[in-house]
Amino acid sequence: MSEPIYALDDVAQVYGTRTVLSVPRLDVRAGEVLAVLGPSGAGKSTLLRLLGLLEAPTRGQVRFHSGERWVTHAEARTEERRQIAMVFQRPALLTRSVRANVAYGLRVRGERDAAERIEAVLRRVALDGLAKARAHTLSGGEAQRVALARALVLAPRVLLLDEPTANLDPANVRLIEELIREQNAQFGTTIVLVTHSIFQARRLASRCALLIEGKLVEVSPAAQFFEAPRDPRTRAFLSGEFVF
Amino acid sequence: MEITLRSLHVTLVALLVSTLIGVPLGAWLALGRVPLRRLALALIYTGMGLPPVVVGLFVYILFSRSGPFGSLAWLFSLRAMIVAQTILALPMVAGITMSSIQSVDPALRPQLRALGATRWQVVRTIAVEARFGILLGVMAGFGAIISEVGAVMLVGGNIEGRTRVLTTAIVLETRRGHFALALALGAILLSLSFLTNSLIMLGQGGGRWRR
Ligand SMILES: Nc1ncnc2c1ncn2[C@@H]1O[C@H](COP(=O)(O)OP(=O)(O)OP(=O)(O)O)[C@@H](O)[C@H]1O
Ligand SMILES: [Mg+2]
Repeated sequence: MSEPIYALDDVAQVYGTRTVLSVPRLDVRAGEVLAVLGPSGAGKSTLLRLLGLLEAPTRGQVRFHSGERWVTHAEARTEERRQIAMVFQRPALLTRSVRANVAYGLRVRGERDAAERIEAVLRRVALDGLAKARAHTLSGGEAQRVALARALVLAPRVLLLDEPTANLDPANVRLIEELIREQNAQFGTTIVLVTHSIFQARRLASRCALLIEGKLVEVSPAAQFFEAPRDPRTRAFLSGEFVF
Repeated sequence: MEITLRSLHVTLVALLVSTLIGVPLGAWLALGRVPLRRLALALIYTGMGLPPVVVGLFVYILFSRSGPFGSLAWLFSLRAMIVAQTILALPMVAGITMSSIQSVDPALRPQLRALGATRWQVVRTIAVEARFGILLGVMAGFGAIISEVGAVMLVGGNIEGRTRVLTTAIVLETRRGHFALALALGAILLSLSFLTNSLIMLGQGGGRWRR
């Protein structure tokens, strides 16, 4: 929980003429669970795409530490990008079987004999019964679990999760939260979790960030964030009084 | 029989060339940053509705003795016919490939990248997702050129034993009043078309289609 794995410096993301994200400074530390909270349209998913090195920021630098060196979006080699896996808010699956979807990330890495790992991860997300089902026949919650499984199976150093429990029933929410906790505790995976749920952040996060209109209002350790927030807007957000 | 084989030869070579160029071209137009994209699209859409006779005329001029490729002496040979057929099929293959790749959920691309795929692997995966559409494009190209008369007549010359194919033979036999023969040739043409299309569908997609 010590050295940073991401360093953001003076980052801004502009779409058209709108600055949807503006982060003067943010570190993500190796091994932490950082929850990113904030109202709809605040720029949470945009931040996650930048951390995933999927886009270059309009201004500033998003640097990722690959274990050997700091790299930006432009500098990252394929092996370095492959340390990061991301689960999107609205998962898009291949029109193949569930198992083929989960195998995809391994296949592009040239790993073909991973049947055991695939079965294991399918069991972890309680989808082993649907391994042969075609992905487009799945329910929303099942698709979301496939999306999580295809990221987990890669054993990434960093897991970026964009509202991974948004479509799920309480039992599945508990299952996924348990998985996230386990992944972090057992493998030391660094996790950045975007969530709408204050309760989920409370249950999982070691640090919390509040994003409002593209700006980080507060970033503090979970205990402080919930018990003694520094910013009045955090207090308002936590009490549900925040007016969007 | 010989005529049938010649028809198949010309069609398949032309189709192979237009697939090898058209599928990557369509994928590039759908996924890449293409300079003058609108112009390229306009050309492709025009190409899809190109009157074969005009293509024939164009190829005729290119390969006629005073044309830029006259020295090749391809006019009235299978080669000139293949060139004309390729020009006819290419826009169809490229255009249908492009639209079927565009109909794959655009949200998929960044998600595949985020699972560690290289740009090239993403392109290949998207093409596989669009495989039925691409196949349809190739089949449309096949259908257009195996049944085409005007262009092959012009640039091939319908020379017996050399450039006579099913369609041009049908025209000739009909003119001569040999309706039975013309009809028989027509039946061969139809069954060729049907057989090939069924084979492609069975071989490539049938099994998965049903699942
Ligand atoms: N590619 C894009 N082009 C233009 N505008 C975009 C793009 N992506 C996001 N935006 C805009 O940026 C703003 C932030 O979007 P973002 O998806 O990051 O919000 P969010 O915090 O994830 O919201 P939600 O909680 O609803 O998912 C939104 O107003 C959105 O319309
Ligand atoms: Mg979002």
